Amino acid sequence: MFEIQNIDAMRGSRRVLSNVSFSLNSGECLILRGPNGSGKTTLLRTLAGLTPPGVGIIRVNPDEVVYAAHLDAVKPQLTVAENIAFWHSIYRTPQNGTLERFDLKDLAQRDAATLSAGQKRRLGLSRLHISGCKIWLLDEPTTSLDANHVTQFAQIINEHCASGGIAVISTHLDLPLRDAQSLDLTKFIPSALNQSDPFLDGIF
Amino acid sequence: MLGLIKRDITLALRSGGGIGLALSFFLLLVLFVPLSVGPDREILTRIAPGILWIGALLSCLLSLDRIFQLDAEDGTLDALATAPFPLTGLSSAKAFAHWATTGLPLTLVSAPLGYLLGLPSAGYLPLITSLAIGTMSLSMLGMFGAAVSVGIKRGGLLVSLLVLPLYIPTLILGAQTVTRTINGDNSGPTLALLAGLTLLTVAVVPFAASLALRANLR
Repeated sequence: MFEIQNIDAMRGSRRVLSNVSFSLNSGECLILRGPNGSGKTTLLRTLAGLTPPGVGIIRVNPDEVVYAAHLDAVKPQLTVAENIAFWHSIYRTPQNGTLERFDLKDLAQRDAATLSAGQKRRLGLSRLHISGCKIWLLDEPTTSLDANHVTQFAQIINEHCASGGIAVISTHLDLPLRDAQSLDLTKFIPSALNQSDPFLDGIF
Repeated sequence: MLGLIKRDITLALRSGGGIGLALSFFLLLVLFVPLSVGPDREILTRIAPGILWIGALLSCLLSLDRIFQLDAEDGTLDALATAPFPLTGLSSAKAFAHWATTGLPLTLVSAPLGYLLGLPSAGYLPLITSLAIGTMSLSMLGMFGAAVSVGIKRGGLLVSLLVLPLYIPTLILGAQTVTRTINGDNSGPTLALLAGLTLLTVAVVPFAASLALRANLR
């Protein structure tokens, strides 16, 4: 269960989204839509607990959430296998066939610095599988993946949801996901009228 | 936490500019002292403890801004902050890894460098002990400076400015431990104070650093 009640997503002192509410049950998947700058990343960072919401309640156990941001969190000086082993040690999970699942088996002994952008992306996304967390927050996960791997990754998300997981995904690309709900963020963008605060006027 | 320490040490060993930079800077700094003040053995012997301590302290500064900056740039810091891993543990692990890759090697090479400066034989044991203990608090305080300035590009200079005033007590106590032993005074109290100071930073600084990190991640 992942429940968001009337939260305001803040970027610095700016209110990017206001009054966002949704709730997801086990096995559900939500796609965030909206043009560039509409607050998808800010909302995901808020859900991940990196940025506190201005107001509102996020009902979730933070230990069940894993967040895959724009950046891959891959260390170029380590090999693919070492990168994976590191995240296993952080999440305290046993090795669970991540290399095969993300098609990285042939790259295991390569330095991550020598990977292509798409291969690096796959290594970054493998952290989701490693973490064993129930709730996946994905920010443009398919950037630089080729068509085959996009399908493969959508399959991984489908399986995750089928086994009771939850995924919140921001994407422009249409992912072949089964019964994904969609949320248009443009309707949460606060109007200019609401943004002016008489108590803050003149401070900046 | 062990996994994080192991990874940080591996990274420091693989990406040059970690251990080697601090060590060669220390070596050069200490070698330049006789060149600048002259070969007078008496003067060198007298200033050796201070020079060695200042050298170690400045060498420590070189790699401080890398503690969190590299992880912040490639997204690892965000990923670690959202993982079920406390930020205090992250801060402690980072400081310990920094000590293992700078403080510890600096301590080990301080003995041969002390010989170059003509450090009296009574001074070696207190030099190594005080550096081994004191550099741990240097790494802890430095890690705090790095945590405060993690969002700032090219924050290295700022870290130094933030951290150097905090290093004063460690420097005084560390250098005094060596000087007092050489002069035949009782160095027990200064060493005990130095150890106490280190324990205090180990206990308190990770909490302050985790608050600074939390604020910078917003």
